[in-house]
Amino acid sequence: MQALYAQLLVGLINGSFYALLSLGLAVIFGMLNIINFAHGAVYMMGAFVAYFLLNVAGIGYWPALIIAPIVVGIFGMILERTMLQWLSGLDHLYGLLLTFGLALIIQGVFQNYFGSSGLPYSIPDELKGGMNLGFMFLPIYRGWVVVFSLIVCLLTWYLIERTRLGAYLRAATENPTLVRAFGVNVPRMITLTYGLGVGLAALAGVLSAPINQVRPLMGADLIIVVFAVVVIGGMGSIMGSIITGFTLGVVEGLTKYFYPEASNTVVFVLMVLVLLVKPSGLTGRAA
Amino acid sequence: MATMTDTTMPTTPRAIHDEMIAFGIMTALLLVVPLTGVYPFFVMQALCFALLACAFNLLIGYGGLLSFGHAMFLGTAGYVSAHALKVWGLSPELGIVAGVAAAAGLAVITGVVAIRRQGIYFAMITLALSQLLYFIYLQTPFTHGEDGIQGIPQGYLFGIFNLSNPIILYYVILAGFLFGFLLIFRTINSPFGEVLKSIRENEQRAISLGYKTDQYKLLAYIISGTLAGFAGSLKVFVAQNASLTDVHWTMSGEIVLMTLVGGLGTVFGPVVGAFVIIAMQQYLAGFGQWVTVIQGAIFVICVLTFRRGVIGEIAHYFRRSL
Repeated sequence: MQALYAQLLVGLINGSFYALLSLGLAVIFGMLNIINFAHGAVYMMGAFVAYFLLNVAGIGYWPALIIAPIVVGIFGMILERTMLQWLSGLDHLYGLLLTFGLALIIQGVFQNYFGSSGLPYSIPDELKGGMNLGFMFLPIYRGWVVVFSLIVCLLTWYLIERTRLGAYLRAATENPTLVRAFGVNVPRMITLTYGLGVGLAALAGVLSAPINQVRPLMGADLIIVVFAVVVIGGMGSIMGSIITGFTLGVVEGLTKYFYPEASNTVVFVLMVLVLLVKPSGLTGRAA
Repeated sequence: MATMTDTTMPTTPRAIHDEMIAFGIMTALLLVVPLTGVYPFFVMQALCFALLACAFNLLIGYGGLLSFGHAMFLGTAGYVSAHALKVWGLSPELGIVAGVAAAAGLAVITGVVAIRRQGIYFAMITLALSQLLYFIYLQTPFTHGEDGIQGIPQGYLFGIFNLSNPIILYYVILAGFLFGFLLIFRTINSPFGEVLKSIRENEQRAISLGYKTDQYKLLAYIISGTLAGFAGSLKVFVAQNASLTDVHWTMSGEIVLMTLVGGLGTVFGPVVGAFVIIAMQQYLAGFGQWVTVIQGAIFVICVLTFRRGVIGEIAHYFRRSL
């Protein structure tokens, strides 16, 4: 049973990353009509920024949790201003191709300087150790990652679905021209949205650094799983992305326990099943 | 795909005429290559990728479907052909048939799943499917995991042609490429191809005209996957190995890149693109991971400033269809 709970926890952690990443993809797709293939690369950048902050500037985990998403978010906004904005009006596919190219560049540069092996990033002192819950041993850091990710996801949901800014955002997703006519600076909002999505990915990267180490290709395979998550959940709803992300993480964890050989593939197999049964995805609003 | 329409003009007798002349020039150039002292291995490899990119282009350029998982056909056909040649001891022609049949079967299965969603989702689904297959090949014993299948015997094609002779192998590969290329050319200019283009331009209208667009897209996907598999089977004789690299998503990305550089939706673009990218990889082999960075940069430059690709720009300049 210990092993089952341990795998469930690993599943929840992976689920947190799926949720944070697919949430960002959905937000970006809503505003920019672009599938951000560079999402895995910015996730990796988040982890690397945290690593640099610690090893170059001596800045620890807690400030990095805030600084890294901001730094990477600004980087993302520069990309949006200089390149992505020129693609509006073109076919969706060009956005995918451009961000795929950006991902190759970013990952290639980091691979050149850091190779393919992992760099260690230690757990902050406050979160070291673990708790004995009676039925399982819970490493505190892992519990923290799940709880904190959930809070961030819910805050993002609140921001978009319940605030005035979010209302502008949703309105601009539906009809940007009309929203501009009301005097809202839509291009700036698009830039900020891209920054937000990318920042969420970077945050996931910082959270994963102490667990998975810091590697140039840490996001490369992850992004493909997240694509499958997005296909399963559809990108129409924020809450849908969060729930699908966590659920699939748990399913993956359970598979690791009951049939480890299939743990790499279970999300893709589920995607095939969902496509066969309900092609529009679980939340059903996707194109 | 309204943004791509200006690169492809309606099929007129003049357009076909231009394309036949271009085809004649390409064939003549390729026929004399062994006499020029160019390293034949390079050209053979490029021809395999050119066929692969042409098959991919049939789907994106004429059907408007971006497959980000075409490496799965390359790799599957490669593995099956390699296994058939080495373990079952089949003759080269039967080895190719086995590989192509496997790719066709895979195309039917994945096509039924992938065709259920449009546009951007189609790209994500094909990518995820090919990743699924990658993990399967990583774990199944017959592919020999990280090592791949190595030392594949080349044998005698039809019992006559000795494929271990580079010159003979070159002409066999060239014949295979030309066969696949003409098949694609015929498909594009057939009534089927015209319907496919109409689906790319306006699927709703094609549906309203009574076409079952899903069937057309599925058939295009199967043709494309099967021919990509043919390229994979041919490549086995050149490289004499089949490995995980051929199934990885980076390979799918390279196929997209070749077609983009040459020109999406042009007949000859993928061929030019394949030669450009393979040549670049040869010359830059010593730069390690910088090759990835350069490929990424080419993607970015192409998408931002050069969406028609090499052949697309030439065709646009001369107002011809190529």
